[in-house]
Amino acid sequence: MPGAAPDLRTALGGADLPNPVLTAAGCAGSGRELAQFFDIARLGAVTTKSVMLEARAGRPAPRMAETPSGMLSAVGLQGPGVDVFLQRDLPWLISRGGRAAVSVAGGTPAEYAEVAHRVEEAGGASLIELNLSCANPADQGRHFAVDPDAAAGVVAAVRARLSGGVPVFAKLSPDTADIVALAKACVQAGADGLALINTVRGMAIDTATMRPAVAGGGGGVSGPAIRPIALGCVYDVHAALPDVPLIGMGGVHAGTDVLEFMLAGASAVAVGTANFHDPSACVRILREFTEALDEHGIARAADLVGGAHRPIGAALGR
Amino acid sequence: MSDLGPVQMRSPVLTVRRVDAYVAITVVAPGVAERFRSGQFVSVAVGGDQSSMLLRRPFAVHDVKPDHGGTVEFRFAVRGQGTAWLADRRSRDLLDIVGPLGRPFPLPRDPVNCVLVGGGSGSAPLFPLAQALRRRGCRVDFVIGAASADRVFGAIGARRVAETATFTTDDGSFGVRGTVVDALPGVIEDARSDVVYACGPMPMLREVSALAANFGVPVQVSVEEAMACGVGVCMSCVLPVVGDDGITRMARSCVDGPVFRGERVRFDDVGAIPFDALGAPGWKSVEQGAQDDAVAEREVS
Repeated sequence: MPGAAPDLRTALGGADLPNPVLTAAGCAGSGRELAQFFDIARLGAVTTKSVMLEARAGRPAPRMAETPSGMLSAVGLQGPGVDVFLQRDLPWLISRGGRAAVSVAGGTPAEYAEVAHRVEEAGGASLIELNLSCANPADQGRHFAVDPDAAAGVVAAVRARLSGGVPVFAKLSPDTADIVALAKACVQAGADGLALINTVRGMAIDTATMRPAVAGGGGGVSGPAIRPIALGCVYDVHAALPDVPLIGMGGVHAGTDVLEFMLAGASAVAVGTANFHDPSACVRILREFTEALDEHGIARAADLVGGAHRPIGAALGR
Repeated sequence: MSDLGPVQMRSPVLTVRRVDAYVAITVVAPGVAERFRSGQFVSVAVGGDQSSMLLRRPFAVHDVKPDHGGTVEFRFAVRGQGTAWLADRRSRDLLDIVGPLGRPFPLPRDPVNCVLVGGGSGSAPLFPLAQALRRRGCRVDFVIGAASADRVFGAIGARRVAETATFTTDDGSFGVRGTVVDALPGVIEDARSDVVYACGPMPMLREVSALAANFGVPVQVSVEEAMACGVGVCMSCVLPVVGDDGITRMARSCVDGPVFRGERVRFDDVGAIPFDALGAPGWKSVEQGAQDDAVAEREVS
C-alpha cells in the first residue's frame, strides 16, 4: 500500500530544490524548447547552456556523431554571450517558475569571474556551475579541468568576485589523472559543491569519408556509455569529501539511474543526452525515480545520498 | 504546449511499403497531422526502448491524410542501422514520434507560378507544398532529379499535381540525362516562374539558389543537415545564415529552418565558421568595430 508521497527535496550548498532531477548544461538550452513538452517548473532546476562573456559561434559542423549507447559531440560553446543571456533567456526561465543553475564558461579565470559576477548581479540564478572544460591559453590550450591548480585558480577568481549569495559548483572532467585531487583543490578554493562529470574525450571516424566524424579532431562522449565512469567519479569523490554536495551526471536515462547516482554520493542528478533522445526524458525520469522510492519504501530522497558507502544493513530512512 | 508547437506521441504504424529505392511509413498521429504545415518534419526514435541508438532520425513529412483521425507519411532510404530498424517495422508497432518540427515553407499570398525542385529523397516535402500551393490557385511545376531511375522520387504524384513535371537522372535511365540545375532554366522560362522552392543535397541547393538569383526570382530552400535532437537544444545542425540585420549567425536547421531563403544561406561556408559570423574567433560587433575605428582614427590624427 503506498504511503504519503516521498519527500524529494534536496539541498545543494544553500540552493534548496524541490527535487533532485536537473537538466545538464548544454542539453536543454535555457528550458524554452523543452517547455513545449512539459512544465519546466517541475524540474529541480534547469542548468542553462554554458555562457561566456561574448557571443561565440562554436565549432564547425559536423558537430556530432552517434556512438554505441552514446554520442560524440563538439559544439564548441556556441552562445549569445552573457548580456543577451541575462536579458532574454534567464528572465524567461524564471518567469516560467523554473529554477536556474547557470553554467559559466571562460577563456581565463578573469572571464569566468566577470561572467559569474554579472549573473549574480542580475539575480534569479539558484546556482552557478563553472564549466572547467574550457581551453586554458596559459596551459597550451589544455582544459582548466585537467589540472588542480588551474581549476582552483578559476574557482578562486570567481569566489573573489562574488558576494556569496549564490552557491558555486565546479564541474569536473573525467579526463584528468586524479579527479579526487581536482575535487579537493576546487573545494579548497571555495567551491560550495561539485558537478561531475563532463563528457569523456573520444573519437569516431566516418568510414565513408575516412575522416573524423566530427570536425576539429574528436569531441566528448556522453550518454549511457559513460555512466559507469561517471558513477565511479561520484563514488570516489564522495568517499573523499562526504560533506561536499555533488551533482552527478553521465548517461542518466531512467529513474533507477538517479537512485544509483544518489547512492554513490550525489545530492542531485542531471539529465543530458537523454533529452536529445526524448524531449520528455526529464519528467519521465522524475516519475520513475519517485516510483522507485515508493517501491523501496524510502520516505526522503535525501536519505539516499551516499547510501552505497554505508555498511550493509545501515538505515536508509525507511 | 502552444497549439502550434510540436507534440510527442507513441504512434501506431499503419503501413510500411517499399516504393522504388525508398521505404514509406505511414503512422497514425492525429496531433502531428492537425498541426502540420508543408516543409515541416518529424523526428523518430529508433531501436526500441532499450536502444543503443540515442539520436532521433529526422524525416520530412511526405503526406498527411485525415484518415483515422490523422495520418503522417514519411519516406527514407535505408542507410544504416536506424533506418534498417525502421524499415523492419510492421503495422500496429508503435513509434515514438515528435512533430511537426521546424519552420514551414512560406506560401505566397497571390496565385503565382511556383517551380518545385527536388533532389533524391529531398523531394519529399515538396508534395504537401504542391498541394498547399494548388489550394491557393498557384501554378506548380516540378523538377525532380536523382542518380538513377529507381531513386526518382514520386514521379506519378508529381505528374498528377503539377502543370509540368521534368525528371532528370545522372545516368539518363529516366527523363533527361543531367541534373535538375541543367533543366531548371528552361522550366523557369517556359512556366514564367515567380518563386522557386528547393529541397535536396547542399550542392544542389547552392546551384539552384544561384540560378534563381540570376533570374531575379526568390528561392526558398529546405536543407538536410544532420540533427541530433530536432527540437533546438543540441546545437548540432548549424549552418551559417545571414539574418535580417545582415549579421551571419550559426543557425539551427531544426528550429530556425529547415526552410531558409536561399540567398541568406552561405552555401560556400557550410561546414565552416565564416570569419564574420557572430561570435567567430576574432569577431566583434559592428558597434565595437566602430568604436575601435574611432579610437584608431583619434590615434592617427
